Amino acid sequence: MPHSLSSQDVTTPGGLLLVLAILIPFVGMLIGFVFGGGKAQRVALATLAAGLAIVIAIAHALVQSGDAVIYILGGWKPPLGVALRADGLSVVMLVAIAVVICGIGVYARADFGTPSGVKEARAPLTFWLLLLAVWGSLNLVFVSGDLFTLYVALELLTFAAVPLVSLDGRSETVRSALRYLLYALLGSVLYLLGAVLLYGVYGTLDIPLLAIRVRPEPAAWAALALMISGLLAKTALFPLHLWLPPAHAGAPAAASAVLSGLVIKGSWFLAVRIWFDVFAGVVTLPSAQMLGGLGAAAILVGNVVALRQTRLKLLIAYSTVAQIGYLFLMFPLATGLSSAGLDSVVSVNGGMLQAISHAMAKAAMFMAAGLVYATLGHDRVADLRGLASALPMTVLAFALAGASLIGLPPSGGFLAKWLLISAAITTLQWWWALVMLAGGLLTSVYVFIVVVRTLAPAHEGWKPKSPVPRYQQAVVLALALCSFLLGAAVLCPVDVMQIGRTVSRNTLLP
Amino acid sequence: MNGPTLFGLCAAALIGFGLYGLIVNPQPLRKIIGFNIIGSGVFLLFGTIARRGAAVGMGGDPVPQALLITGIVVAFSATALAVALLLRLFDEGGVVTLASEASPTEAKADPPDA
Repeated sequence: MPHSLSSQDVTTPGGLLLVLAILIPFVGMLIGFVFGGGKAQRVALATLAAGLAIVIAIAHALVQSGDAVIYILGGWKPPLGVALRADGLSVVMLVAIAVVICGIGVYARADFGTPSGVKEARAPLTFWLLLLAVWGSLNLVFVSGDLFTLYVALELLTFAAVPLVSLDGRSETVRSALRYLLYALLGSVLYLLGAVLLYGVYGTLDIPLLAIRVRPEPAAWAALALMISGLLAKTALFPLHLWLPPAHAGAPAAASAVLSGLVIKGSWFLAVRIWFDVFAGVVTLPSAQMLGGLGAAAILVGNVVALRQTRLKLLIAYSTVAQIGYLFLMFPLATGLSSAGLDSVVSVNGGMLQAISHAMAKAAMFMAAGLVYATLGHDRVADLRGLASALPMTVLAFALAGASLIGLPPSGGFLAKWLLISAAITTLQWWWALVMLAGGLLTSVYVFIVVVRTLAPAHEGWKPKSPVPRYQQAVVLALALCSFLLGAAVLCPVDVMQIGRTVSRNTLLP
Repeated sequence: MNGPTLFGLCAAALIGFGLYGLIVNPQPLRKIIGFNIIGSGVFLLFGTIARRGAAVGMGGDPVPQALLITGIVVAFSATALAVALLLRLFDEGGVVTLASEASPTEAKADPPDA
C-alpha cells in the first residue's frame, strides 16, 4: 500500500532511541576501555542499566504508536540513505536480549571481578568490554533496515563473540575460537555475496524497497540460497553445527551463556528477516521444507548426542544444537500457512517465542552449570550427588529451564511448541509435530537424568569446593523463572510482535 | 565479451577457488587465505556492479563503492583476528591444526611441551 511506504521514510517520535540503543553499549565499551582495570566493570554495569531503560522506552514508543519506530540516519532517505527500523519482532527481541544480558552482567560480577591488589586483569577486562560489544551488535542486527548494515552488524557480532570463546586462553579454547571464526567468516562472505547480487539486480539494499522490487527469478533464488546458507553456518544449524559444542562448552560460564543464549539468535533473526520481509514473494514451500528438514535433523541428532555426553556443559551445548532446530521449523510452517492463504502469524510468533524462551533458559542453564562447577570442581554428569542440598536454588533453576526446553506448561517453550504444533496440524505437516514431540521426550530424558543425579545424598563429610554467592543463584533462578513463566505471554492483550509489520503483509497480499 | 562480463566471470572464478581452498585445505592459514580469495571475488563483483550501474557523467555508481570500502575493512579486520588466534595457538602448543586432538604422528613430530 503506497501510504505505508511513504510512512516508512520519516523518522517517527522515539526514533532517536534506536540510535541510542546501538550507541550506548559501544560508547560504554569505549569508556570502559579507556579507564580499564576494575573501572571497566562499573562502567559496564552502569551501561547495562542505561541500555535496559532505553530498550524499555523503545517498547513503550512502539506500543503507544502502534506502528514501527523508524529513524532515518542523517535525514537521507533510502535507497541512498540508511534507515533504522524497529517493528514488533525487533522490539520483542531487543527487550528479551536486554533482560538476559543484564542477568548475565549481574551473575558475572562474581566471576569477572578484577582481583584486589591487581590493577588490571586480562580476562575480566575483555569480558566486560565484549559483553557490551555483543549487546551493541545484537541491537544493531535487530533494528537495521538495510542488508549491508546488517552484514556489518553480523561481523561485529562475530568479532565480539569469538574472543569470548577463548577468554581463558587455553589452547583448546583458542582452537575452538579459530574454528568458530572460520565458519563465521565463510557464512558472512556468502551472505555478502548474496547482498551484492541483490544490489546488482534490484539497485537497493533497503529491506522494504527490496521487498517490493524482488521477483522470483534466478538471481533472487541465488541470492536467497547464498544468504540463508551463510546464516545457517553462523547459526550452527545441523550439519554446520560442528563448531558449536566445543566453543560454547569451553568458554567460562557467563561467556557460554552469552554465546549460546544470545549470539546465535542474531544470525537466526537475520534469516527470519530475510525470509519473511525481503523474500516473502520468492520463497517456495519446498525450500522451506528443506530448512525444516535440517531443523528436524538438528533436533534429533542434537538431543541424542546430548544424551551421550558425560560433561554437563557439553550436554547443554548439544542441547543448544537441538533447540536451534526448533527455530528453523517455523520456516516450513509459516510458508505452509501463507501458501495455503492463511495468516502465518501463529508460526512466526511460535518461532520468536521459542527463540526468547531458549535465550533465557539456556543462559540460566549455562550459568547454573558454572555454579555447579564452582561447587564441585568438575561437571561430570555421573557425579553430581549432593548438589541439591548444597545449591537448592540452582538445581531448581536448572529444572525450570529444562522444563521450558522440554515444553512443559506454562513455560515459554510450551507456548512456542504449542503454536508451532498447531500450525503443523493446520497445514497438514504432521511430521514436524512428531519431530517436536520426539525432541521434547529426548530433552526430558537428559534434564531428568541431571536433576535426579543432583538429588542423591552427598558422601559423608563432603564440602563444597568454594562457596557460591547467593545473588548468583538468585539471578540464575530469576532468568529460569522468566523463561518458565513466559507462557503467560498468551495473556498479552496486544500482539506486540506483529506491530508495524506492514512489509510482509504488503507483499503477501496480491 | 564485454568488460563487465569478463570481470564478472573472473569474480566467479575467484569465489570458486577460494571456496574450494577454504573447504578442502586442512591448514588454518590456507583456510584464511581461501577466505581472502573469496572476499576478493565478492569485492571484484561489487566493483563490476558499480561500473555497470554508472549514470551519465559518472565513472560508476558511488553506493557500491562506498560499501565496498567498508567490506574491505571488515574483511581485513577478520583476517587480522584470525591470524592473531592462529599465532596464539602456535605459541601455546607449537602445533597449528583445527583437529580437536592432534593425531599421534603430529604429536610425535611436535610435542606440545616443546
